[in-house]
Amino acid sequence: MNAPVHPALRIIFGIASWLLTVAITLLGLAALTFFIGRVLPIDPVLKIVGEKASPEVYQRVFLELGLDKPLWQQFWEYITKILRGDFGTSFSTTRPVLTDLLNFFPATLELSTLGLLLGVVLGVPMGVASAYWHEKWPDHLIRIVGLIGYSVPIFWLGLVGLFVFYYRLGWVSGPGQLDVFFVGVVDRWTGSILIDSALQGEWEIFFNAISHMTLPTILLGYYSLAYISRMTRSVMLDQLTREYVLTARLKGASEFRVVMGHALRNAAIPLVTVIALSYGGLLEGSVLIETIFSWPGIGNYIYSSLFAADMNAVLGGTLLVGVVFVFLNMLSDVLYRTLDPRSR
Amino acid sequence: MSVIADPIIDPKRALRAARIAEFKSFARRFARNPLGMVGLIIVIALLVCAALAPILATHDPYLPALSDRLAAPGAEYWFGADELGRDIYSRIIFGSRLTLLIVALVIVTSAPVGLVIGAIAGNYGGWVDRIFMRITDVFLAIPKLLLALAFVAALGPGIVNAALAITLTAWPPYARLARAEALIVRNSDYVNAIRLAGASDFHIIVYHIMPMCLSSVIVRMTFDMAGIILTAAGLGFIGLGAQPPLPEWGAMISTGRKFIFDQWWVATVPGFAIFIVSLGFNLLGDAMRDLLDPHLRQRR
Repeated sequence: MNAPVHPALRIIFGIASWLLTVAITLLGLAALTFFIGRVLPIDPVLKIVGEKASPEVYQRVFLELGLDKPLWQQFWEYITKILRGDFGTSFSTTRPVLTDLLNFFPATLELSTLGLLLGVVLGVPMGVASAYWHEKWPDHLIRIVGLIGYSVPIFWLGLVGLFVFYYRLGWVSGPGQLDVFFVGVVDRWTGSILIDSALQGEWEIFFNAISHMTLPTILLGYYSLAYISRMTRSVMLDQLTREYVLTARLKGASEFRVVMGHALRNAAIPLVTVIALSYGGLLEGSVLIETIFSWPGIGNYIYSSLFAADMNAVLGGTLLVGVVFVFLNMLSDVLYRTLDPRSR
Repeated sequence: MSVIADPIIDPKRALRAARIAEFKSFARRFARNPLGMVGLIIVIALLVCAALAPILATHDPYLPALSDRLAAPGAEYWFGADELGRDIYSRIIFGSRLTLLIVALVIVTSAPVGLVIGAIAGNYGGWVDRIFMRITDVFLAIPKLLLALAFVAALGPGIVNAALAITLTAWPPYARLARAEALIVRNSDYVNAIRLAGASDFHIIVYHIMPMCLSSVIVRMTFDMAGIILTAAGLGFIGLGAQPPLPEWGAMISTGRKFIFDQWWVATVPGFAIFIVSLGFNLLGDAMRDLLDPHLRQRR
């Protein structure tokens, strides 16, 4: 690149290559779900017509599904259908999969967003403290807390939490999004139960929902805290040894200002990436948490579809979470590039 | 080995002596890390449990005793009995074999696959590199548990299928690692020298690139084992891993879920087993990284 390139042109190039990367990744994702759904040894025709169908019926459905066409053509049709928002019909709910997914997604988003907030609010200061008191007792303590979060099976922690805090102590409400007699009272506006009930002035329901989501939120928060505090620690450790920190100390800045104002500000850029990535991890972690807490989100939908052998729904859900995941990855990449002056 | 071999007269013996000395200093530094030792002890205990399961177990892990259904922990059943009156302690002891089996299956398949793909991509560069790394990125960009879940759902539940599905999600980090090392090694003088001497790409990849990746791969593997155990337990919990009556820990939690409020031990005890074992691998991985990671090692 010796010839001077116009800055605007460079930005357009950058965006184009980025879009290409996103497109290829999404295509690969679709190829994977297509592969899982079509090529693996389950017979989609049998699933629809049942074991006892006559050969004529079988043949008709076989042709309807387009299974006689070459594989690449089937894949092409699959892609165009997805692009039109057609994920097929769910056998168990008999609704289009997309409708179901949009129905359940806000609840998942609500839970994982709150979990992430908790993880950031606690995890970042913990990581900072851990790096500041490197190899002293706060560091050891925080690392052990994080290590436990890494090692514990989250679904088991959910069960134990239910047993202790719901059954024994009665501090929180049990599984589900609301108490049974509150279900369906609030009109669905945004899909988030907290926002909907607050907007409609149903404060009793609002607090009931909070009491139901406290435990799953704390668990998801802990799950992301383990990762966030660990990454914050390593980023901060790196920053605190830099020379500008020494300079700031020498010119007499207070310790608080050195750590929070100088080091953390520089650490913030990689941390944004870490947080975006852990959001993706939370979406996945919520699959198991939702099944434990009967939370009406995507995870629970995928879980119950699995047992109805409803592959359209399972693959649609996987695809949706995968797409969100890919976009979070890409977003973290873009944020990193735009926030860090050195990478511009 | 008190006599130091002359490296010119007896190079093999000198090499061996150097390796033993290296290992001794490694062991000494490892022993200074208390958390790492705890991890090592946990992992060794797991291996002992798996090897001596028939001796350590007090009951038959499969034999129901309906009169003792859901018996509380006590002298007869140390950790209580499950819904068919089977001893939970014995089932956990035998379950360690399944855990090790899954971990071993995933590791022996995913690490070599990732290594080969990464080493080839890094060694050849160009479009081979681009295609392989794009595939790797696609797999990295997909949530692991979900991919494994969808895959097992299509293949049918079972322990081998679960391991296969986890493998599918576990190889990309190894490919990344191997590629990064290969890119460095590819242009180093000794590889150029051996290439001029007529070594094939195959020879370079197998004898020069892959050994360079080993220490980072070992660290990565130890960490991965904890993750594999958790994913396998998650699949078992959902009902897609090992099938009853196999005493897989995740599946045991899943059956105990129904009794969580009144007979808490049925679900709680297997969870402890998963937790402790994956904690052990994480602690061990931490310690190994501190010792083996070339970047960290230089800093000390």
